[in-house]
Amino acid sequence: MNLNQLFSQIEQADPEIHDRLDTRRSAMRQFANLGKKLAATAIPVALGAMFKKAYGQAPAGLLEVLNFALTLEYLEAEFYTTALAKTGLIPAGAALGAIQTISTHETQHVAFLRTAITGAGATPVAKPKFDFSGGSGSGTGPFANVFNSYELFLAVAQTLEDTGVRAYKGQAPNLLRTGDVLTAALRIHSVEARHASQIRQMRRAANFSTTIKPWITLNNTEINPDNAVIQAVYNGENNPTQAGLDLRAYRALDNAAVTFVTATEAFDEPLTRAEVLAIAGPFIAR
Amino acid sequence: MKSSMTTKPGGTLEAGLPRPMHRRNFLRYAGVSVLGTGLLAAACTKDDPNPLTYGETVNLGSGDIGILNYAYALEQLEAAFYIQVIQTQYSGITAAETALLTDIRDHEVAHREFFKAALGISAIGGLTPDFSKINFSSRESVLATAKTFEDLGVSAYNGAGRYLTSADYLTIAGKIVSVEARHAAYIRNLISNGSFANSEVVDANGLDVVRTPTEVIILAQPFVRNTIDATNLPIA
Repeated sequence: MNLNQLFSQIEQADPEIHDRLDTRRSAMRQFANLGKKLAATAIPVALGAMFKKAYGQAPAGLLEVLNFALTLEYLEAEFYTTALAKTGLIPAGAALGAIQTISTHETQHVAFLRTAITGAGATPVAKPKFDFSGGSGSGTGPFANVFNSYELFLAVAQTLEDTGVRAYKGQAPNLLRTGDVLTAALRIHSVEARHASQIRQMRRAANFSTTIKPWITLNNTEINPDNAVIQAVYNGENNPTQAGLDLRAYRALDNAAVTFVTATEAFDEPLTRAEVLAIAGPFIAR
Repeated sequence: MKSSMTTKPGGTLEAGLPRPMHRRNFLRYAGVSVLGTGLLAAACTKDDPNPLTYGETVNLGSGDIGILNYAYALEQLEAAFYIQVIQTQYSGITAAETALLTDIRDHEVAHREFFKAALGISAIGGLTPDFSKINFSSRESVLATAKTFEDLGVSAYNGAGRYLTSADYLTIAGKIVSVEARHAAYIRNLISNGSFANSEVVDANGLDVVRTPTEVIILAQPFVRNTIDATNLPIA
């Protein structure tokens, strides 16, 4: 399966999506507060119904974003399901409990996105065949030992979670003014960030890194040995400038300037779809 | 109740632009960063907004500026809280806790300074926090408050994104909220290991906590001596 082909249309996001949404704001508004009144399981159905009401079907650009997100969630969900099925990989107790919690959320995200896409009258993208060795289907990639080594498993988990955070962040502008759709995406985004923080705390607790923090410092991977695939997850995180303002220009405490490290830790950076696909590509069998 | 003596109302940046052209599009056309214009505006005025007087009502303003001031208000509170946490550390604090809570303090201060600079003359003044209910010598009290602030911040950014009309502002909010979520997961584990994303904050769809600005301000108000007026926010 060719990932780039799968997402070729994603790269051509509908440029008129915002205009078309604007002209149908009454329909959007009608559903704006629906989420609050419904049982949690009904929310994705309501989202799909909202698309249908507004457009007859959800706009292509929006569906592409949702299918892109769904593919990433498939990847994460199967990664944790596979790991949990491997007896003895994850230490019993707190570690196992945490991974079970994360696994549950990723499976819920898959179901949520599938239901939303189906409710919109579209067909969810099929789940690809994954290769968690990072070998594009060869099974002999750099992470071939991922389900035999707890240390390697957590390292790959960290890269998947941090990538997920960056991927959702990169898609948020494409969901501008889509109301409930944007809110749902943001709510998944921050859950991924909680997961990323958790995995990083677990790696610190297990002494797999003595310097890793729950947040991303500079563009450090905190994974040893790392490689180009891992480094790509963190490239661009060492950015001290936000909206044209270099944070280091500001005096913070005791008249000291905001440091470079703080400036990079305080803001997570987005990834484009192309960047995410380049990172995820080796995990998908071709 | 709205006060006529509120601080600088929002929307200043929008004034003077021709109506048919959206501000966002205009700024794109002009090749100027949206937030950067706030800094330019700030350069024309004095460096620091006047600190607010005790009890003064703070009107967050309207439009995207109102939402940014809403975020600025929350970041002010968080920064002030962690500054105090580090100044008067709770008994039994570990070296690791000191290091990471100091990091969080520095992140929140950076967020605060960013919003202040980006908003420029549209920024609200400095809020007067009310931390009288917090026992800073107690680990339990400090961490419980930290958890409240972090989860509140996550829910606030998650709930406010839909009201923004600028993709640039939305991206900035996204860059900050994931860091707040990282903080929240850490603080929660300090209180109870494994509670980083439990059912208090993540629902049966795997979606994180979300609150409207009105809901957030009700929860934040007890920590501020000023009255926060959010009535002009674009909340439909």
